[in-house]
Amino acid sequence: MSLLEIKNLHASVAGKEILKGVNLTLEPGEVHAIMGPNGTGKSTLSNVIAGREGYEVTKGGVLLDGKDILAMEPDERARAGIFLAFQYPVEIPGVTTSAFLKTALNAKRRAEGKSEIDAMEFMKLVKKKTEALGMPYDMIKRALNVGFSGGEKKRAEVLQMTMLEPRVAILDETDSGLDIDALRVVSEGVNSLRAPDRAFLVITHYQRLLDYIVPDHVHVLANGRIAASGGKELALELEAEGYAKYLNAAA
Amino acid sequence: MAVTRETAETVKDIEQYKYGFVTDIESDKAPKGLSEDIIRFISAKKNEPEWMLEYRLKAYRYWLTLADEEPTWAKLQFPKIDYQAAYYYAAPKREKLASLDEVDPKLLETYKKLGIPLLEQQMLAGVAVDAVFDSVSVATTYKKKLEEMGVIFSPISEAVHKHPELVKKYLGSVVPYSDNFYATLNAAVFTDGSFVYIPKGLRCPMELSTYFRINEKNTGQFERTLIIADEGSYVSYLEGCTAPQRDENQLHAAVVELIALDNAEIKYSTVQNWYPGDAEGKGGIYNFVTKRGACRGANSKIMWTQVETGSSITWKYPSCILQGDNSVGEFYSVAITNNRQQADTGTKMIHLGKGTRSKIISKGISAGRADNTYRGLVRIGAKADKARNYTQCDSLLIGDKCGAHTVPYIESRNPTATTEHEATTSKISDDQLFYCMQRGMKQEEAVSLIVNGFCKEVLQTLPMEFAVEAQKLVGISLEGSVG
Repeated sequence: MSLLEIKNLHASVAGKEILKGVNLTLEPGEVHAIMGPNGTGKSTLSNVIAGREGYEVTKGGVLLDGKDILAMEPDERARAGIFLAFQYPVEIPGVTTSAFLKTALNAKRRAEGKSEIDAMEFMKLVKKKTEALGMPYDMIKRALNVGFSGGEKKRAEVLQMTMLEPRVAILDETDSGLDIDALRVVSEGVNSLRAPDRAFLVITHYQRLLDYIVPDHVHVLANGRIAASGGKELALELEAEGYAKYLNAAA
Repeated sequence: MAVTRETAETVKDIEQYKYGFVTDIESDKAPKGLSEDIIRFISAKKNEPEWMLEYRLKAYRYWLTLADEEPTWAKLQFPKIDYQAAYYYAAPKREKLASLDEVDPKLLETYKKLGIPLLEQQMLAGVAVDAVFDSVSVATTYKKKLEEMGVIFSPISEAVHKHPELVKKYLGSVVPYSDNFYATLNAAVFTDGSFVYIPKGLRCPMELSTYFRINEKNTGQFERTLIIADEGSYVSYLEGCTAPQRDENQLHAAVVELIALDNAEIKYSTVQNWYPGDAEGKGGIYNFVTKRGACRGANSKIMWTQVETGSSITWKYPSCILQGDNSVGEFYSVAITNNRQQADTGTKMIHLGKGTRSKIISKGISAGRADNTYRGLVRIGAKADKARNYTQCDSLLIGDKCGAHTVPYIESRNPTATTEHEATTSKISDDQLFYCMQRGMKQEEAVSLIVNGFCKEVLQTLPMEFAVEAQKLVGISLEGSVG
């Protein structure tokens, strides 16, 4: 069975159709990249999968392990294994990164019928994960995303991902606003999570990220549909030639 | 988010007020209503000396002249209270117990449900508890150990007999019987409460605690607390409050007086979780309380922390009179109102001595159709050279049918004084909720996390064991607030 299946997905925002029949299948272990110009529905796609309010699905479905998740609340989808690394992570004043991580992790553990993680075990786990990401441990004592630099925010997203070990991870323009060092760290974090039972959907504007996270499949999203699919060489072609031919073809 | 709302409502029904049980104990009540006879009855029940009865009667006669002076300036709406319809004294039958073993097991069961560490084996936690059930102090734990150190921690009714010189000297010295309508009523009819005296130079090694519970139907609870920290001493005092669920409104008009002498420090923490009424505003406690501390001595300090989540109406302004030079007053408050609850709460910092400092951190959270007002006064007297105040009032709104109001008064008669006031109002954003939920948290859990973050600065001033309870309470009291 496919891990994630997006079938003929149509979705509108405020009555305007943005996704016009997206078809995409992620098998376990695969990394898919979605590229495309601004305003073609890349973020809409990730938000619809995660279940954000304000997006109306008019047709089609999103299936996780063969089961449609569109009727599920965002938190149920998350506990089923969908993770979205946000393009613009939200500030939560007064809530330390550590407290946030612990609450999220325990929500997942409860759903799996496990007991809450004990404090020592949690600290050990966070220490291990932050070290692997080259993050200072002290960062987890700061309020989540409050006063974080662009790079710190993205690292915090990846930290959450490595703690929660999702089945399907969606990275929404995780490379935006990152310098080359941060990009490397974030990519290493993602690569370390690649596993035979996990799939990634990497949404990006630029080919650059895909030098670090090498995809199995690359898709071009234009005018609300997948306009082309190919291997990693497609990304290089897009970098050289731009999106014009897909936009024209689709229009 | 229809599913979540349903879930939330189910949870709300089950969980919302888990302290809303009634204990079935035969009680000894005074006849309904208020008169000189009732006051004599209360005084006689307590076997009080003449001077105490005189004090009560003086207050009662004064209260009669205040019939038209029930405070109306707060942003609160409620029907006129019929003071003749309540019972002013209710005691569980069986009194004067020698040890905890003699306490009615039903009472102990009640306290167990409330999670109070009343039993001996639980006292290792280091909390000494004076439990007030309706009008009578049931048992004071840890008494012996405290006595050996010279600490007096007893029901105030007992202190009247055993330490009349202290009670006479300090009772009404911070909140005079003529202070305000509710305080005057309290002075006339108060039935019990705690008395604490910390001797010179002693740092009280354990948290002292009182647990109040209103059990009887139609009773008012009028407890009176008096805490005196002698020179160079320190005490941390906690109070917790719950009441059963009832359709009628019940009045709680307490008075708390704190006195800190030279170099003494008092930390007073409250977690108030009286029954808030149902979602439509039926029932609930009217919490009309006068709390005031006097920093009498130089370099003394009084710190109020309150977490107010219950009551249908809260009218409460724990204040500090900074008389001693370089004395310090602090007020940390979290007030949560949900559904139809109303809160008008804040503080008064009265700077009289030189170099006095005060700090006010107020966090108001409003949800449902609730109204939440911060009302505060910072007054700097002519002699308070270089006095300083810092005030920060933050309001958080959940939903679009609730209200948050900030009413700060600042009066300065000394040009060398500095006052600062900061205020913010914010809402829990959909983006924050979605972000948390995307990480697997249920909506209620997300709200609780965000709100706890908002009040963290205040919650972390609470003693450890209360902080944990308060955090949970913050979550419970806001259940069903987002849908």
